[in-house]
Amino acid sequence: MPEMTVIEAIRSTLAEEMARDDRIFIMGEDVEAGGVFRVTDGLSKQFPGRIIDSPLAESSIIGLSIGAAHYGMRPIAEIQFADFIHAGFDQLCSEASRWSYRTRGDSYLPMVVRTPWGGGVHGGQHHSQSIEAYYGHIPGIKVVVPSFPADYRSLLRAAIADPNPVLFLEHKRTYRLVRQEVEGAAAEQVIGKSRITRRGDDVTVIAWGLMLHETLAAAKTLAGEGIECTVVDLLSVQPLDRETILEAARMTGKVLVVHEDTLTGGFGAEIAALIGEHAFEHLDGPVRRLAGPDIPSMPYHHAMEDFFMPDAKKIAAAIRDLAAY
Amino acid sequence: MSSVSAESPAGLIPEYHLTRERLEAMYATMVLARKLEERMLTLQRQGQAPFIIAGVGQEAAQVGAGMALQVGTDYIAPYYRDLAMNLVFGMTAREAMLNCLAKIDDPNSFGRQMPAHWGHRARHVVTQSSVVATQLLHAAGIALGAKLRNDPIVVLTSCGEGSTSRGDFHEAMNFAAIHKLPVIFFIENNGYAITEKTEKAMATEHVADRAAGYGLRGQVVDGMDVVAVYHTVKAVADQARRGHGPYLIEAKCYRLWPHSSDDDDTRYRPKAELEEWTRKDPITVFRDRLIEDGVFSEEELDAIDSKATEDVRDATQWALAQPDPKPEDALGFVFKEAGDA
Repeated sequence: MPEMTVIEAIRSTLAEEMARDDRIFIMGEDVEAGGVFRVTDGLSKQFPGRIIDSPLAESSIIGLSIGAAHYGMRPIAEIQFADFIHAGFDQLCSEASRWSYRTRGDSYLPMVVRTPWGGGVHGGQHHSQSIEAYYGHIPGIKVVVPSFPADYRSLLRAAIADPNPVLFLEHKRTYRLVRQEVEGAAAEQVIGKSRITRRGDDVTVIAWGLMLHETLAAAKTLAGEGIECTVVDLLSVQPLDRETILEAARMTGKVLVVHEDTLTGGFGAEIAALIGEHAFEHLDGPVRRLAGPDIPSMPYHHAMEDFFMPDAKKIAAAIRDLAAY
Repeated sequence: MSSVSAESPAGLIPEYHLTRERLEAMYATMVLARKLEERMLTLQRQGQAPFIIAGVGQEAAQVGAGMALQVGTDYIAPYYRDLAMNLVFGMTAREAMLNCLAKIDDPNSFGRQMPAHWGHRARHVVTQSSVVATQLLHAAGIALGAKLRNDPIVVLTSCGEGSTSRGDFHEAMNFAAIHKLPVIFFIENNGYAITEKTEKAMATEHVADRAAGYGLRGQVVDGMDVVAVYHTVKAVADQARRGHGPYLIEAKCYRLWPHSSDDDDTRYRPKAELEEWTRKDPITVFRDRLIEDGVFSEEELDAIDSKATEDVRDATQWALAQPDPKPEDALGFVFKEAGDA
């Protein structure tokens, strides 16, 4: 079976879907030349006129996509870095998320907004952010956070087919770092389902993006020490798969949520609250969170960046601590 | 305004370059919009409607622009004062009243949005929020979709001059010009953004002056003259449909009422100014002109007025008796179900 990087998984899925549906077009900064991460490399030759360079104006990339989706097209917007999506927050929050609600489904928006997020690439304050907590707070937008190439393929396919706005978050550190054997067409997958990727009796860890991979590495190490982890690959922030989260919490009675985003008001808070509210009697310890520190954003220098980011070592330490509780 | 040929084809009234039927529709729609909003204000003052926001003084701009488009083919992305434009695009008096009273059957938002936030997919009226200027990008996006599909449509999006301070105005004009999209940016300059006069929002005299900076064409039209607005928009729409790209039209009009039912304009608006503009009321000016030119008799226009009064009375009585949303109607349609799309 061929091995694919995350980048190849996304690019191949874009190409397959564009070949299948001529309503799809891609719009974003530098996308005609392949984009800064080369996700759309070669697509402008393959699909002339359907890969559209936008001016450096994020509100317009999203607002135009809203109009095109309303008209019946299937726009895929690319925001070059998640850090720059805030200029389009108004269009996502005030407009896209409410399009169906405020018309009782008379109008709706089949559109995807793809954007690279997360740290670990020396991106400093404005090329490293996690944005899932901001957008996961908005009912009406689906927020997808895959971790493995096969899920990037199947969830991107599902996002394009979805009649709602989907924010498709791509962890930039994993773009070329994570590989997986991938075969055949992108699988059918439903947005809003999490997956238990590893089962163990001692501690449940919930993570997404790069942190999922760091968590799996930590779990492997800890297995050698006799601590067995259940690991949940969240896959979707909105809708949130409450059943799978609660099932995994009940399996071990001890839960750690890991995210790169800063601690206070990070999405881990929502997951911890959910478990505290609905699985309280199954818990053998506090629901813990391992997250970035409460500073405005990720600093540039590698020493400070490493300090900011949770990694396999820090995750293993947090798991050990919780296992001993 | 583009030149009007001296030799008008059959049925066209030379001074207007429009048929009697079209002129009647113009007048009737303007009058209906005015009478609807007068009744809506009464309903608000009676406590029957929590809030209203109106387009009184801007009916000529709205009806002229709307009627210049191909209803059923073209799209509008209007703003909250555009009741009259929506009447042109198929909204009925009864539906307008359902909207005012936030009834569950209001086809715009089913009681979920404040009144005058229009939207009707099948009629090509794009749903809008209270955030100003966002719709300019939606309009450009629709035009982009139409261009990709080679559909010969025109999208007209409207806003007040106050909205033109927002970044989305700039981004929409810029993108539409780059891609030569069939969009008409129709600015209804009514002189005020709530309490702020135009000079507090822009250093240029005309919004239209800004068009050149984006590489698109712009012009000012007398927004109190329905016929002038009609011909201006018609000429531009015909060009846009042929691929000539976007255009900015600034219709100079005037907000004869306070910003909304919650606003007291005596705090900031000189009485003399309001009196001066009241004399230019676009409906009375048009009415006087039609009579003076012998297009309609006073009695004929009185009959149109009476019909509008009767329609508003019927719409009000009917809408008041329609069901309200149930509390649990707050839920649902957060996401469109895949099977429904």
